[in-house]
Amino acid sequence: MQLARVIGTVVATIKNESLDSRTLLLIQTLDKDLAPAGKPQVAVDSVGAGVGELVFWCRGKEASFPFKREDTPTDCTIIGIVDSDAHVNNCRAS
Amino acid sequence: MILAKVIGNIVATQKNHRYENARVMLCQQITPEGEELAHTVLALDAVDAGVGDTVLIVQEGWSASTVATGKAGAAIDSAIVGVVDYVDLLK
Repeated sequence: MQLARVIGTVVATIKNESLDSRTLLLIQTLDKDLAPAGKPQVAVDSVGAGVGELVFWCRGKEASFPFKREDTPTDCTIIGIVDSDAHVNNCRAS
Repeated sequence: MILAKVIGNIVATQKNHRYENARVMLCQQITPEGEELAHTVLALDAVDAGVGDTVLIVQEGWSASTVATGKAGAAIDSAIVGVVDYVDLLK
């Protein structure tokens, strides 16, 4: 799992039927200092996250487990919303 | 599995229900020599690891989910499965 910021939404009318009514969000993965790390990617939301929120996401096959249809095609799912930026307790923070 | 150093944790009230009562630790990957790499990862704690510990993190869903929650099939891709005492490297 990794931290990320929700930086936008993605709208796709034509998609796999198991993705119907799922929210697609654009996320930017962050490092321990909440600085961007890597490229933005599209995530399926499972917790009701919104643009601007700090979230964490799960990769791989496990990303489809929050959904009732476990064949939901996703390798990147938002599984939690961090309460606030201050709730990332990085003991190394400068 | 990867070697990492525990550098903190995160607090999330709204999260997948399988994460209830779990500790989500902020970890930084390190080399066998102990040098820190840029990669940061969140992992569920299954061994009572603390900040500053060098740990073993498994990054495979079935194992991570089983060791951290007692049951497979959760949306968990990383779990701390051991606290490293030392790494003996062939010079």
